[in-house]
Amino acid sequence: MLTLNAQDITYGYRRHGSRDAGAGEDFALRGVSAAIPRGSLTGLLGPNGCGKTTLLKLLSGVLQPEQGTVTLDGQPLSGLPRRAIARRLAVVPQETHPAFDYTVMEMVLMGRHPHLGPFQLEGPADLAIAREALASTGTAHLAERPYMTLSGGEKQRVVIAGALAQAPDVLLLDEPTASLDLGYQLEVASLLSHLNRERSVTMVLATHDLNLAASLCDSLVLLRQGRVLAHGPTTEVLTAAMVQQLYGVDAEVSFHERAGHVTVVPLSTGTPERGSLRARR
Amino acid sequence: MNHAVLLDRTHATRPIRTRLTMTLAVFGSLAVVTCLLAPLVGSTHISLARAFDRSIPFSENVDAQIFFVARLPRVMAGALVGATLAAAGVVFQAMLRNPLATPFTLGVSAGASLAAMLAIIFGATLTIGPFSAVPMASFAGATMATGIVYWLATASGRAMSTSVLLLAGVTLNSFFSALIMFAQYLADFAQVYRAARWLMGDLDVGGFDPIVGAVPFVVAAFALFALLPSSLNLLSVGADAAAARGVDVARAQRLAFFSASLATSAAVSLAGPIGFIGIVVPHLVRLLVGVDHRIVLPASALFGAAFLVACDLVARTVIAPVEIPVGVVTALIGGPFFLWLLVRKG
Repeated sequence: MLTLNAQDITYGYRRHGSRDAGAGEDFALRGVSAAIPRGSLTGLLGPNGCGKTTLLKLLSGVLQPEQGTVTLDGQPLSGLPRRAIARRLAVVPQETHPAFDYTVMEMVLMGRHPHLGPFQLEGPADLAIAREALASTGTAHLAERPYMTLSGGEKQRVVIAGALAQAPDVLLLDEPTASLDLGYQLEVASLLSHLNRERSVTMVLATHDLNLAASLCDSLVLLRQGRVLAHGPTTEVLTAAMVQQLYGVDAEVSFHERAGHVTVVPLSTGTPERGSLRARR
Repeated sequence: MNHAVLLDRTHATRPIRTRLTMTLAVFGSLAVVTCLLAPLVGSTHISLARAFDRSIPFSENVDAQIFFVARLPRVMAGALVGATLAAAGVVFQAMLRNPLATPFTLGVSAGASLAAMLAIIFGATLTIGPFSAVPMASFAGATMATGIVYWLATASGRAMSTSVLLLAGVTLNSFFSALIMFAQYLADFAQVYRAARWLMGDLDVGGFDPIVGAVPFVVAAFALFALLPSSLNLLSVGADAAAARGVDVARAQRLAFFSASLATSAAVSLAGPIGFIGIVVPHLVRLLVGVDHRIVLPASALFGAAFLVACDLVARTVIAPVEIPVGVVTALIGGPFFLWLLVRKG
């Protein structure tokens, strides 16, 4: 059973001053299809600027595709009110910078927004859900702290708690471990894996960390220059040849006995293809 | 910014309902007490018993005249304008994700001022119902400025961009200010004096009629504000974050922009561009009750009413019988406070 399904979607960012579609448009994504089955943990890999964040925004309905459709449990996102989408789908962005000094509890309670009526204040049940979300991300002790005084790792876990308070079936994460040290990276990874297994939350995870993707994800979508390079089970897709095609990097991809998954060790970067790619930018 | 929450350090763990009730009770009492006491105080001592004594004809009852004609409309105007500008400040700050925004940042007041100035210079005397020429002109100018800024911010064809809105507003502000200077340069001395007094802001609105005229606009703006607070919380975290939490961002931003612009237009048309209320009050309120807009918005309206009435009390008593324009008092308090905020932020 599919949860999220992107069919042949195209999206472009308009260049400054241009009004017509097509001309003067930089395509971020072209003809991208991705099927995300219920309960799966899908990794989204690709070099900087390949369209990972744009694809996540299209999957969450924050952006609408110019062509193609995104469906959630068979319903097109474009036909659903934002509130209805948010009750089923939550997003963890790369970084969150509130303009005002909200406390951690206030940030997490905002996750209840799609479940509340227009003038409804959150009640004891919502507080309990927020506390549980904080506890499950190991941030219960931070509840009264101002969000802005937290470290990067704490902030990220609080934002994840806010997404959990939304009680979603689907969680989209944009580089959730990018700003974290090794310890927190592993902690967030085990948190995500736990949520995926115990609560059967379907997840899509954009990341640059190939080993994280290898350890967590059951399937991968490889994006390159706005197109899907490969889409399939992690063990089939994550190969040395693919890493070479995707990043222009020689890497050794081998099964690690103690880790229990494949690991990627980059060996060199000096291929001509990568060099020419750099020069064009 | 790292606000210390002075009133209640453990506010996050208390249910929002309790915090809201407590805050409204405290700030509501403050506003009511200030508005009740303010008309009793002034450069002339009046006897309240005599002011309310119906046996004395009004034309002979000086105490009643001072109370009902000079002071009461002024206090009412102060409460109305203070509440409106403070609430509009909260809405603009959240919507623009900029704690240093004021109700005048987007050029609404500059548009109002330019139009008011032109009405003064051309000696417009048209009066319709409770509306006289200068307030009508300034309201029209404010509406025009709002339209221009909105058009600029949406001209790219995509959804309204708050950064373009901010840049367009600030630019329009300076442009209108230049036109105001030019108009002043061409005007004669008496007109310039009148215009300069208008620009300082004045709560001596000359009776109840202008207040009655402004009330429907303020009520409409506040009715729209009531729809906003939880969206403002999410918008101030970020537009994408708000969208992912179920906020219709484009609609919420439009609603915030037009309601706060309407509120500002009504307040400025009534009493001129009284500065600093829209930034000092929201920040003071945040220092006291935290940053949740469901509390900050109503608390700022109530505190804004009390604050402006108190400032006006200072303005008309501190060197009585000479009155200081209330805009000078709010600026003298607000300017240093604003700088303190800036320095602390950096």
